[in-house]
Amino acid sequence: MNQARVVITGVGLTAPNGNSLQEFRRNLLTGVAGVETIEVRYMGPQPAGVCHFDPLKYQKKKELRVGTRAGSISIYCAREAVSDSGINFAAVPTDRIGIYIGCTEHGNVETENEIYAISKFKYDTRFWSHYHNPRTVANNPAGEVSLHMGITGPAYTIGAACAAGNLGLIHAAQMLRLGEVDLAICGGISESIHTFGIFAGFKSQGALASHEDPKKASRPFDKARNGIVVSEGGCLYTLERLDDATARGARIYGEIGGYCVNSDASDYVLPNPTRQAECVRRAIAHAGLQASGIHIVNTHATATPQGDIQECEAIRAVFGEGCPDTWINNTKSFIGHCMGAAGALELAGNLPSFDDLVVHPTINVDNLDPQCALPGLVLNVPRKVGKVDTILNNSFGMLGINSTLIVKRFLA
Amino acid sequence: MTKDDCKKLVLAIIADIAPDEDLSNVKPEVRLRDQLQLDSMDFLDIVMELRKRNGIEVPEADYGHLASLDSCADYLTPKFNALAAKG
Repeated sequence: MNQARVVITGVGLTAPNGNSLQEFRRNLLTGVAGVETIEVRYMGPQPAGVCHFDPLKYQKKKELRVGTRAGSISIYCAREAVSDSGINFAAVPTDRIGIYIGCTEHGNVETENEIYAISKFKYDTRFWSHYHNPRTVANNPAGEVSLHMGITGPAYTIGAACAAGNLGLIHAAQMLRLGEVDLAICGGISESIHTFGIFAGFKSQGALASHEDPKKASRPFDKARNGIVVSEGGCLYTLERLDDATARGARIYGEIGGYCVNSDASDYVLPNPTRQAECVRRAIAHAGLQASGIHIVNTHATATPQGDIQECEAIRAVFGEGCPDTWINNTKSFIGHCMGAAGALELAGNLPSFDDLVVHPTINVDNLDPQCALPGLVLNVPRKVGKVDTILNNSFGMLGINSTLIVKRFLA
Repeated sequence: MTKDDCKKLVLAIIADIAPDEDLSNVKPEVRLRDQLQLDSMDFLDIVMELRKRNGIEVPEADYGHLASLDSCADYLTPKFNALAAKG
């Protein structure tokens, strides 16, 4: 097995509180949340995380008309990542570039829109768009990037519920190690705020957040948390084998240290802390580390009453009381739950900690739930720490998929 | 409706489906695909918009009549006027 070292060389993102890593990080360190109130079809006003990037920075108007929001987010992030990487993109053979994009779901937005549109024509399907199929195929977001950038290598999405962002990176690292591609554009995206079905589904489940102040609606670990804030977003990285990255003098954000993906096999929606802990332990072992060697744990916690407690149970089982250098935070408190983008975005928000040794906090915790009172939890204000050499990122999803990704400080 | 009215109406549809195109100098006798970046899906858009906006049906066998503004006008103007006559 080729265990070539794989490194992160570029980051492109759009989050509800920032359209570049610099802006995103600055807002995470200054307590700026990005949740606002939007009008959701059939449901009225709801808190949601909305991205405000300029789609015309890279796309033509016609591309926007024909394509999807997920495709547009993907193209923006891919172009930003490639630009950030400093790679001479034109010199990379197009068939040696892979696009691996995690998404929670795809197609709901377009299907709902088409049904709504034909409802204005007495449900006459002659008015159903001929773009419906290319817009709703599961590979749409990756395919739009391929079309836009002229990339002829493998381009597909990875459906993994809300673990998908991590899986985009993990899969890309695997493909680089297999020698399938030389450059991977990977991560996760979400357009979920444009489908009422996601909101209505969480509402029916008793898992949709509400708060008079939308910026305080996403409150993991707080006693008054009442559910998920649905958000859109995207974060794509460029990953390369270390040899290639160093040969071109690339700036390196971090190295893929270890990972694990496993399944609960126990429930459609309820998490399973035993399997979550198993996933975290295996990722740490895969990285050749001990729990005490993890310096930041970015939690998946979505602010559901039960889910937060169960993840804390899993983290407690792995890290216990004997990890004084391990700090724990949560990014959803700022941006809500960016679904398929969550894992990738939340990792990005923590990457600058390798340089500034600051752990961004979990905000909106007015009254910490005692069952979520983990040692090392960074609450409400950033914390300067002594050492950040490793970041562990949890992302879990429905149907019991768990993913843990560890990124290490790059040391030549 | 005159043929000129019809051409304006078709151009308005094209302006929506090809928003990056400069339509200020479209030659009516030249095939649209030879002077604008339009693909087969865009022509399906023209068909769809005629259906949605104007209640005009263009059967698949007649798609060739949409090749240029002149041929659009020759083909569509009688359809518009027939529809108007029906009230």
